[in-house]
Amino acid sequence: MSDISFVRTEMLPEKEPPASTVGFIGWAKANLFSSVLNSVLTILSIVLVLFVLSGVLPWAFQSVWNASSLTECREILKATYGEHHEGACWAVINDRWVQLVFGFYPPYPIDPTMYLGNPPEGAWPAYFRPIATFVLILAAVAPVLFDKLPRKMLIITAIFPFAMPWLMWGGTVWFPVAAALGFAIGYFAFKYLADIVGELAGLIIAVVLPVIWWLFLMGPFADLMQSIIALDIPVVESRKFGGFTVSIFIGVVAIVGSLPIGIVLALGRQSDLLIVKALCVGFIEFIRGVPLITLLFVASTLLNIFLPPGTEFDIILRVLIMVTLFASAYMAEVIRGGLAALPRGQYEGADSLGLNYWQAQRLIIMPQALKISIPGIVSNFIGIFKDTTLVSIIAILDPLGLTNGIRADAAWNGIYWELFAFIAIVFFVFCFSMSRYSMYLERKLKTSH
Amino acid sequence: MSELATERQIDRSKMHVGSDVAIQINNMNKWYGAFHVLRDINLTVNEGERIVIAGPSGSGKSTLIRCINRLEEHQQGDIIVDGTELTSDLKNIDKVRREVGMCFQHFNLFPHLTILENCTLAPIWVRKVPRKEAEETAMHFLEKVKIPDQALKYPGQLSGGQQQRVAIARSLCMKPRIMLFDEPTSALDPEMIKEVLDTMIELAEEGMTMICVTHEMGFARQVANRVIFMDQGQIVEQNEPEEFFNNPKSERTQLFLSQILGH
Ligand SMILES: Nc1ncnc2c1ncn2[C@@H]1O[C@H](COP(=O)(O)OP(=O)(O)O)[C@@H](O)[C@H]1O
Ligand SMILES: [Mg+2]
Repeated sequence: MSDISFVRTEMLPEKEPPASTVGFIGWAKANLFSSVLNSVLTILSIVLVLFVLSGVLPWAFQSVWNASSLTECREILKATYGEHHEGACWAVINDRWVQLVFGFYPPYPIDPTMYLGNPPEGAWPAYFRPIATFVLILAAVAPVLFDKLPRKMLIITAIFPFAMPWLMWGGTVWFPVAAALGFAIGYFAFKYLADIVGELAGLIIAVVLPVIWWLFLMGPFADLMQSIIALDIPVVESRKFGGFTVSIFIGVVAIVGSLPIGIVLALGRQSDLLIVKALCVGFIEFIRGVPLITLLFVASTLLNIFLPPGTEFDIILRVLIMVTLFASAYMAEVIRGGLAALPRGQYEGADSLGLNYWQAQRLIIMPQALKISIPGIVSNFIGIFKDTTLVSIIAILDPLGLTNGIRADAAWNGIYWELFAFIAIVFFVFCFSMSRYSMYLERKLKTSH
Repeated sequence: MSELATERQIDRSKMHVGSDVAIQINNMNKWYGAFHVLRDINLTVNEGERIVIAGPSGSGKSTLIRCINRLEEHQQGDIIVDGTELTSDLKNIDKVRREVGMCFQHFNLFPHLTILENCTLAPIWVRKVPRKEAEETAMHFLEKVKIPDQALKYPGQLSGGQQQRVAIARSLCMKPRIMLFDEPTSALDPEMIKEVLDTMIELAEEGMTMICVTHEMGFARQVANRVIFMDQGQIVEQNEPEEFFNNPKSERTQLFLSQILGH
């Protein structure tokens, strides 16, 4: 028998793991105190965290919630916690949160004078329209986020892009209906003409016809229908928009708009058609090369120079377009990354089965490319939402814009941290939720393989 | 390379070459940029033929069969598949792709869809078959390739051999008249090669017109009615398998066979 020959005669029994690797003590030993350096760093970090908390917690929690001015706040603080206590004056939030949420949006826009005082006879609850907008957003987004919800809810999602601006701005209901008709025109033009004039020509017609409709025919059509069947709600002007309502409005429109436009731009960038490709590359690179602030200034001032004198072009609408285009360019690049990561075999598999370009994109390529791009897409969403605060620079009263007004008020003159902390917390809640959702989605899509 | 693909007796009752032409390739040339990859290809494939294409790597085998369903575009000559000439006309291309199924070396299944969805996708969207009927057809073919119990899994959960059989079933669900195989077993572990070859043999026994790029010479001997040897973008030799293997005429063929069969 040689040395290397070996036969096991008895199988080994299972043993408990050594005690030092299990339980809290084992975990702490392995992760926090595994070496001298590690232990020193652990202790230093704990000291630092405690130091910061010892400053922030008393300020945040030994604070005042009910007061009518900063002076009153200070007096209450002094009386309750003593001479030297620095406490937060959350009373400003208590006093102004309605404004921070809704801006100057009239609570009861039921007649042309837009009632601002007590509820008039037979009025809807206060701020019914912006609240309905929030509810609509939630109802429209929910079935997209969670596929366990009934698929019928997607009808709300389809209606929402048209209903949301109408709820916010008001006016005749025929306007959003006419806008939706533009998409229907494009769809049917493609469906029935593509077979006759060919795929590409059909596509061009399906883009050009709706644009003509939106630019020249939609307005007269809506007016005509309104004169036949009057269905309208009071108009609220853009300069009344403000607070988190305007942040969410701009953020949601930009997020919802940038995804489809980004997909089209990313596909265009990959196109074999030279002109399409050049247009897409030019657009993406131009937008990515210009700061958003610049685009917003263009939207707020420069556009007036180019537009024919006398044209009314709503400032919020301009901002919406600019922010959406800006977000689309970034979205296109993220999605292009996802497309590039797909193996060629996926295209070939789809082609060999006879799927046409659009079917292959919709059923095979995009679902996978978007899945790969989820982290990038959500980062973009978060970025867009935070960038909406930039509109305060062109005098739109988003929460940051409102802080100036609040601090200019004699009662709250000198207040600072509380307002910004509150705004930061609200933004954090939104952005953190998006981030967690993206992680949930990644995990869910991974386990299904 | 396994010399014998299978121990099984092959049923030749339905394996006969018809007189109708399935694929006609006349003086076809193709370039990648300046690189002349296919040179003066002439090939007529009759219905029911089982053709094996062999040749060294880079000789243009893949490119040739990918031209047949227009995954690659040829620049000169004609390719007529089932009476439809392949031009830049999208209608013709769609028509040909509906009649021609293809299996790839790396399967190219869609990883985000279940096995069943992989199989029903094209029938539903391209042939406009109702979903229920498409699912029945899919289950029928999945049974045929012996993996009906995996229908609700995702491709990533299957072994390579199973994935390739799904890929074959997926193509069959389109009820193609011609099947193209591009090295269907060369990405597989040896023990899985047999199960895929068995599936292909069954297909041949049912009289399917097949063109297979493969190095499985056992399969070629048993199933093919014609073996084509390609080198440097040209068809160098073609013959019945018996003659091809026992009595190769060209020196290149002899060299290739001696390398691949190891004598
Ligand atoms: N997309 C492509 N662009 C340029 N050259 C290519 C491309 N695809 C294949 N080739 C070249 O064409 C030749 C034939 O390739 P291929 O048909 O894949 O050979 P085979 O399948 O016989 O191994 C090879 O030299 C390869 O490098
Ligand atoms: Mg090859």
